[in-house]
Amino acid sequence: MTFAVSDEFRDSFFEECCELLEAMQDGFSLMIDGRENVETIHTVFRAVHSIKGGAGAFDLNELVAFAHRFETVLDQLRSGKVRPTSELYLLFQQCGDHLSDLVSAARNGTDGNSETEALLLQRLQAATQIDLVPSTAAQTSDDDAGFVPLALEIAPLTAPAADTQHGWRITFNAASELFTSGNEPLPLIRALERFGPVKITADLSSVPSLDRLDPMVCCMHWTIDVETSETEDVILEVFEFVMDCAVVEIQPLTGADLSTIATPPKDAGSTGPDAGQQAPIALDDRDIAPSAPPIAATTAGGSASQTIRVDFEKVDKLINLVGELVIKEAALSQKIGQQQVAHDNAVLLELEGLKHLASEIQESVMAIRAQPVKPLFQRMARTIRDAAASTGKTVRLVMEGEGTEIDKTVLERLVDPLTHMVRNSVDHGLETQEDRIAAGKSPEGMIQLTAAHRSGRVVIEITDDGAGINRDRVRQVAEEKGLIAPDDHLTPPEIDALLFLPGFSSKQEVSELSGRGVGLDVVRSEIEALGGRMSVSSEAGFGSTFTISLPLTLAVQEGMVVDIAGQTMVVPIGAIKETLYATSATTHSIGLGEKMLSIRGCLMPVVDLGVKFGFRAEASDLRDRVLLVVETTANKQCALVVDALHDQRQVVIKSLETNYCKIEGIAAATILGDGRIALIVDPEGIARRATDFSPASALMAQTAHSEGGALETI
Amino acid sequence: MSLSVLAIDDSKTMRNLLGAALGRAGYSVDFAEDGQAGLDRFSATDPDVVITDINMPRLNGFDFIEGARRLERARIVPILVLTTETAPEFRAKARDAGATGWIVKPFDAAKLVWAIERVTNTAASQ
Repeated sequence: MTFAVSDEFRDSFFEECCELLEAMQDGFSLMIDGRENVETIHTVFRAVHSIKGGAGAFDLNELVAFAHRFETVLDQLRSGKVRPTSELYLLFQQCGDHLSDLVSAARNGTDGNSETEALLLQRLQAATQIDLVPSTAAQTSDDDAGFVPLALEIAPLTAPAADTQHGWRITFNAASELFTSGNEPLPLIRALERFGPVKITADLSSVPSLDRLDPMVCCMHWTIDVETSETEDVILEVFEFVMDCAVVEIQPLTGADLSTIATPPKDAGSTGPDAGQQAPIALDDRDIAPSAPPIAATTAGGSASQTIRVDFEKVDKLINLVGELVIKEAALSQKIGQQQVAHDNAVLLELEGLKHLASEIQESVMAIRAQPVKPLFQRMARTIRDAAASTGKTVRLVMEGEGTEIDKTVLERLVDPLTHMVRNSVDHGLETQEDRIAAGKSPEGMIQLTAAHRSGRVVIEITDDGAGINRDRVRQVAEEKGLIAPDDHLTPPEIDALLFLPGFSSKQEVSELSGRGVGLDVVRSEIEALGGRMSVSSEAGFGSTFTISLPLTLAVQEGMVVDIAGQTMVVPIGAIKETLYATSATTHSIGLGEKMLSIRGCLMPVVDLGVKFGFRAEASDLRDRVLLVVETTANKQCALVVDALHDQRQVVIKSLETNYCKIEGIAAATILGDGRIALIVDPEGIARRATDFSPASALMAQTAHSEGGALETI
Repeated sequence: MSLSVLAIDDSKTMRNLLGAALGRAGYSVDFAEDGQAGLDRFSATDPDVVITDINMPRLNGFDFIEGARRLERARIVPILVLTTETAPEFRAKARDAGATGWIVKPFDAAKLVWAIERVTNTAASQ
């Protein structure tokens, strides 16, 4: 490219590539599933084509070369010259993956994997019989391809010596359809004038009388003498577009002819653009009047795009500021509340308006950060394909709810855990083809990724249709590692939960693929660091489902401010299913100080948060205390005891781990309106431990406890 | 009054690059992202010259040119095709549809302007 390309355009190109790659992979998925329609192949073709076109503009030759070959094959498929087969589609998918890699490589300024590429091209060539292996297609990346010279039907001339050559005679016999092609003789002649003085003779002999003249039919011929030192090729380039609707002949001018060209040069000293050697600035200088500021592109560019690019930092700053605004607004409300103003006071009304505005701003800002999970899922599709290839399994991926939006930060931090999980599903979840056939299943395994919004959280599920968790084996491993005692009685869900225990997985039993000494416990802690939860369910012979439940955003939460033994704490509203006052009729004492709540025939453990956090020794009387019914992602319920409810408000979440350390039962901290710090309760964690009591969960609680330290220390 | 160009390309990158190259040369540029939008923009803005891609969704470049040539105002407006295709049969097909000229991607800003100058009577800005 001879004009400077700004980084912004380059970035925008790579962004466009991501969209195009996404569209391409979607197309391949449709093809593989047999759900493609006529438009699918065109969409895929255009995606690859556009990547090639853009890559060419940025001189990304490696990318251009592969995209070009891939495009050639797609074109043959598009035109029906290549017969589609499912094997070919799978190969396309791999080519698509390689194309993605090349785009990433180009973005990072690194080289692609040439071995992979050679192999893919060989396989493409074998599958389609299209000649692809090098040297066929590189010309598109050639800078000189800007104008491909036309095959001219002109007798080769002996080039006169440069020092005696001073001009050319061009005979221009236009065909009648010259005008309808949008061409005109005048601009051509003007273009020639750039090179030097011209003498034009028009041959009007074929022009009919006026009454028979069709203005759309060209019936004039010209002879143009131009005095110039330019070469024949440069002169002929002027006529490039009219070569097939005119006969253009060119001969060198003799000295005698030259003396007749008396017209003074219009543009003395200017040379025509000679084969791209000319810098654009020179064009500007010569042709652009000062009255034409180059704003056209900027204004027009705005009309073409519906989006703007914003630095993520700016959005983050905005989010922090909005967080502060919410805190200030709360502080203001509290201060005004303390002034004992009348209920109909105008200040209160204005304050109410401010509250609405602040929460609306907050929602809008959050929406900026939210992004669909689709790119993440597509990335997993790639991981699954790679994992399937290396294990020799065939895997079909089904995606659902790809449009579900999650906070961008959460999305980014999900990549690693999810990659681990899907690899795990392919590697351990799905059986080998032989085993599947033996079990009467389709040899092709299925992995389903689902995303959905569920009660203020995002739930992502990874389901496989494999053999399910081998609980005997899991138990055996856990016993060997001393995680459980041989005589421990565990329910199936409890056995499944062992998978998440630190120290469960080890290098011996994970394959090269999913194991890097990283177990599901690490995945779980990564998810929990995002405020998420993980659970698993499994049915022998039918497969397993891993469920990840995540908060919509990491920045704010709707919280209930509560009082617990004189301490102000916050319970996330999303977790609270029901709020009720304790009565003797509904609460029952069981064993040593253990209490159960019974509502609508359901029994659930009661946890006194005051006792739990060590604010008081023992709650003997539940009367007048408030019970918050919370539910775990495994649908188990538990009632949390607090002393009083204050109000419901948006709280800005401040991480406890980054500022202090992880504490069991506490999710995060926040700053209240009066500037005090309040801890945000982790109801899910508390409920899970309360409802899931078992040796394994006790051990988990113990680990968390020793990791987190006691709450009394704050 | 600067010369107005309608640039039709489904790739945002291409539109960006065209916008920069043409804007710098002093043309005023309008954009469309496929052939159908191109026809709409043509009717709305009456450009002096059109640059169109071929492979586009909804209405491809060939169909755009044919459609445009049926418009009274577009019968002799120069329409330059901008594409990566170099095959002579593509060129012939574009010419049959009514294309004025041909520019191969990746394009060079100076050559792009030079191509426009060879099909238009007005310089970039006058």
